[in-house]
Amino acid sequence: MSVSEHRVSLLAQSAADRAKVLVSMATGDRIFSTVTRVCAYGVLLLLAGIMLSLVIGAWPAIQAFGLEFLVTRRWAPQLDEPVLGALAPIYGTLLTSFIAMIIAVPFGLGVAIFLTELCPIPLRRPIRVAIELLAGVPSIIYGMWGFFVLGPFLAQHVEPAIVWAVQDIPVLNTIFGAEVISNISLFNASLILAIMILPFITAIAVDVFGTVPPVLKESAYGIGCTTWEVVKNVVIPFTRVGLVGGIMLALGRALGETMAVTFIIGNSFQIDGSIFSPGTTISAAIASEFAESSDVHRAALMYLGLLLFILTFIVLAAARLMLARLDKRAGA
Amino acid sequence: MKISTLIAAGLVAAVSFTAAVAKDISGAGATFPAPVYLKWADAYKKATGAAVNYQGVGSGAGRKQIEARTVTFAGSDIPQKGEWLDQRGLVQWPMVMGGIVPIVNIEGVGPSDLVLDGQTLGDIYSGKIKRWNDAALKALNPKASLPDLPIIVIRRSDGSGTTYNFTYYLSAVNEDFKKKVGTGEAVEWPVGIGGKGNDGVANNVMQTKGSIGYVELAFAIQNGLAYTDMINSAGKRVKPKFDSFQAAAQNADWSKADHFNLVLANQPGASAWPMTVATFILMPTESDDAEAAAAAIKFFDWAYANGGSMAKELDYIPMPDSVVAKVKSAVWSKIAK
Repeated sequence: MSVSEHRVSLLAQSAADRAKVLVSMATGDRIFSTVTRVCAYGVLLLLAGIMLSLVIGAWPAIQAFGLEFLVTRRWAPQLDEPVLGALAPIYGTLLTSFIAMIIAVPFGLGVAIFLTELCPIPLRRPIRVAIELLAGVPSIIYGMWGFFVLGPFLAQHVEPAIVWAVQDIPVLNTIFGAEVISNISLFNASLILAIMILPFITAIAVDVFGTVPPVLKESAYGIGCTTWEVVKNVVIPFTRVGLVGGIMLALGRALGETMAVTFIIGNSFQIDGSIFSPGTTISAAIASEFAESSDVHRAALMYLGLLLFILTFIVLAAARLMLARLDKRAGA
Repeated sequence: MKISTLIAAGLVAAVSFTAAVAKDISGAGATFPAPVYLKWADAYKKATGAAVNYQGVGSGAGRKQIEARTVTFAGSDIPQKGEWLDQRGLVQWPMVMGGIVPIVNIEGVGPSDLVLDGQTLGDIYSGKIKRWNDAALKALNPKASLPDLPIIVIRRSDGSGTTYNFTYYLSAVNEDFKKKVGTGEAVEWPVGIGGKGNDGVANNVMQTKGSIGYVELAFAIQNGLAYTDMINSAGKRVKPKFDSFQAAAQNADWSKADHFNLVLANQPGASAWPMTVATFILMPTESDDAEAAAAAIKFFDWAYANGGSMAKELDYIPMPDSVVAKVKSAVWSKIAK
């Protein structure tokens, strides 16, 4: 056997081995892709299943109230023919989440910028850990703290001053007006929500700020940018997809938060335009009424659940859309 | 050897477990009497060895379960109409009583310092009376120093038998309340803050200066809250006490009440508490499991005879003997054993 023949046979053999290995790898790949596909489709199936069971559960209420449910202010389950409407809980849900976001987003981003750009190195870790711990506190604890500490404090020392200060200013004296100031109000619930979602926003923002290539920031500093300019023109534009994602996650939590809010929102189906009045949210209404409800009342609560589902869906879809538009502009 | 002993032990455990399940009496329903039912069940087990399981899932859920016959008996704070019961082959009887009391959080005001009547209480809960120094409240309490504070109304956020009995009373004595709010387990409150459960209302009242709420007496006493006296239907001032609750049950005309369908609110009698609540047991006349039904009746019979002092310890009121006798003769005789 010549050297070249030997080489050819070796090559042939290694080709055969390779084919074998490739086949076995392809099988592995197929199994892997099937498993992951089943998992992914399983999630879709689950989503559809939840949606379907909500619709089935809510069907009696959908039949009874239809779309008018969305704009009816009354919630009167005691009548022989109950009149139930979702306007008050929808109003409460959107308002509390909105106020919470107004407070938590600037605050959370500010903390994140401080941590990544300005904070002395030895302090970074302790502050980060503290914020992550805040994110892990169960919501019922926030609710109890809001009920026993924050609510009474605001009602005695903060809110009366605000009400007094704006009493003669039109519009403001409706928003911040209150005949009765109690420990429990839409505003207090919003504040608790803000405290609850702040660590989410901060933790995600710190993580995404960390992905900015140092060379970008250094270049900006090199041409004489201030820290503010670097953050505004380099860090935030570079990370906005992650930021918006984090903020939307936080908004999702605010919309659906139940226990803490149920404690301090007052569970009252009223809309009077003041943020110092008691109110209710979709999840709080379901949590407090579900156990003792029946028939169309229960179906109406399921209908509320369906609405929350759709509301959250719309928020996430809007976030996606917004991101897509931002990307397009950045690409052009 | 070891394994076989384990298996044997497991089998014995499994067999004894199923045996215990078969003998069990199960009940579900109102949360208000749950503490006393559990206490009775505990003592009954010690005395006789028979177990009674009661789940406080709420009156409405209890009624659902007895309709579906998934439990031997149901507890409900709301008496049902005879027609409703007959259609479902059920009977009901009152088991134990309690009372609803208004509770207030005003500085310097202790238990029984204030007195209210149905008219003013209804006006407070329909949003007509807004401040503690309102003329109507001053007229009732000429000696008390009522503060110039807004009244913060606290009520239940969940459906509840307590709310049913409370609104039943207010609707009976206050026309305006009846029109504006009405009677129900969950109503459309024009004012106020909702707390979940009796303890939710008690907590909110404790936390909020100038607030008023309504809870079962036991919750007011356990939390050291200031309850008020009431003016009853005879125009007399009464304290929420054992005697005034019993007086309400004794004066109530059970003989006229079809199927014991009687709410104890606003009963006649000079010493009757106007917001007395009886809580009821529902059972089918023809049970799939006659043995369990008989065992349940045995338990209730024992509770009527021996449960009085235990009930009192928990601030519940046992039914008067006259009512017990009527339950035995008129209701239990109907249940197939």
